Amino acid sequence: MNIKRIFSVILRQYFLYKSNPIRLISMFLWPFLTILQWGFLTKYLASLSEEGFSFITVILGAVIIYEFMTRIINGIMITFLEDVWSKNFLNIFSSPIKIEEYLLGLVLSSIIMGVINFFVISLVSSLFFRYNILNFGFILWILLLNLFLFGVGLGFFITAVIFRLGPAAEWIGWPLPFILSVISGVFYPISTLPKLLQSIAKIFPTTYIFETMRGIVLKNIEFRYVFYNINLSFVLSTIFLIINYLFFMKIYKQNLVSGAIAKFSAFE
Amino acid sequence: MKKEILRIENLTKYYDSFLAVDNVSFSVFEGEILGLLGPNGAGKTTIINIILGILKQNKGYVEILNKDLKIYRTELTKKINFAATYCSLPGNLTVYQNLYIFGLLYEVENLKEKINYLEKEFGLSDIIYKKVGLLSSGELAKVNLAKVFINDPKIILLDEPTSSLDPNIAKEIRNKILRKARREKISILWTSHNMSEVEEVCDRVLFISHGKILIEGHPKELPKIYDRKNLEELFIYLAKEHCVFEKEL
Repeated sequence: MNIKRIFSVILRQYFLYKSNPIRLISMFLWPFLTILQWGFLTKYLASLSEEGFSFITVILGAVIIYEFMTRIINGIMITFLEDVWSKNFLNIFSSPIKIEEYLLGLVLSSIIMGVINFFVISLVSSLFFRYNILNFGFILWILLLNLFLFGVGLGFFITAVIFRLGPAAEWIGWPLPFILSVISGVFYPISTLPKLLQSIAKIFPTTYIFETMRGIVLKNIEFRYVFYNINLSFVLSTIFLIINYLFFMKIYKQNLVSGAIAKFSAFE
Repeated sequence: MKKEILRIENLTKYYDSFLAVDNVSFSVFEGEILGLLGPNGAGKTTIINIILGILKQNKGYVEILNKDLKIYRTELTKKINFAATYCSLPGNLTVYQNLYIFGLLYEVENLKEKINYLEKEFGLSDIIYKKVGLLSSGELAKVNLAKVFINDPKIILLDEPTSSLDPNIAKEIRNKILRKARREKISILWTSHNMSEVEEVCDRVLFISHGKILIEGHPKELPKIYDRKNLEELFIYLAKEHCVFEKEL
């Protein structure tokens, strides 16, 4: 692994943001609007409900950490897509960069985006709704780590699909976090879902992460289940990450044989 | 004895059942400019892509500086660079930013000084902070050249480097490449459809058709040997009559 080559992938993103500040909208405006929308909604729901139930702590916490995962996925995908949009694959992959270094560059770029996003969104929720997610304590960082691992795995999956099917496949990538949020009980317990979807939900680490988070907030989960869920989500996230990394590598190797890297700009 | 920089041996590439490169072998020596000629679809770009390591061959091997490209890809690609009209640098970055990024990718030492040097060498001062997407074809060609030379390559692969340029700019670009290549003994594998350009720059040419090397020799000698007026006539003859020619061989 060579630091200069990995850094070049990150620096490219920095140059893009620096030369066109409008790009910062995606980093700040969307999270800002998302937290405002959910914040006001939860405030409204709180006004309708019986006293004592805090929608804000139940829902805003989930929104903030789910947004973090979404930014990790999008960070990997957007950094990869920049090379697709600028038809730069031939230059990149004919250079000495190793595919592992390129992927690490994508992941590090996404971490920067995810972390900036997390602190912006946390600040907004603290200022506007007096909800400070950092009060969650140590367990928050463990949940974020699990979401990060899963997000990286999904990022690899989407980039592999785009790499295989061409730039048009980016439209599979954008709605993926939303689809996942519906299935894996980000905003409601999975017991709300139909039986079939409940079974599907159990495959995803996000299900255990958000069930645990809700359980802690509502104080209706025993410590041993917290421990169990966190471990299970960690194992599942790691498995997803490894499988999707191998999937990406398989597609990359197929593209080396088929000539798709050289001809990638021809796909529409 | 001349030093072999690039050696290709029995290179074969299929796309499914289509044979794109058929058992091709050749070498490029230090400081030599080798023209790779042939009609569209002959297999030239496929060969270049294999040398760049972005396409896997079915058979044969590529050696650069006596090392197998398959095993030493990262080390060897530091000593190669490439430019093609169909492959431009990211248009949303400035010239300087692009050169900086590629300098990092190729692990160039003293990168800022190197960019300053290339800026002067290729006359980029007026456009160095301009976005690449805003440049004219001529300016873009100069920037591509600066990128090509950023890592002090031992061999460069140029796939129709002047094809979209007016004759005046094309000549300027050719001269810049030639001057630098001769001075620094850089080997070049040059594909072009412009036969007068090939006659002017290449020390030796290979003519490829349907993935096979048909003939090889000096660009000025070959037309005489095959009883044609010039290289262009020979090109047309070989492109049209390759089957007959193959039998004759």
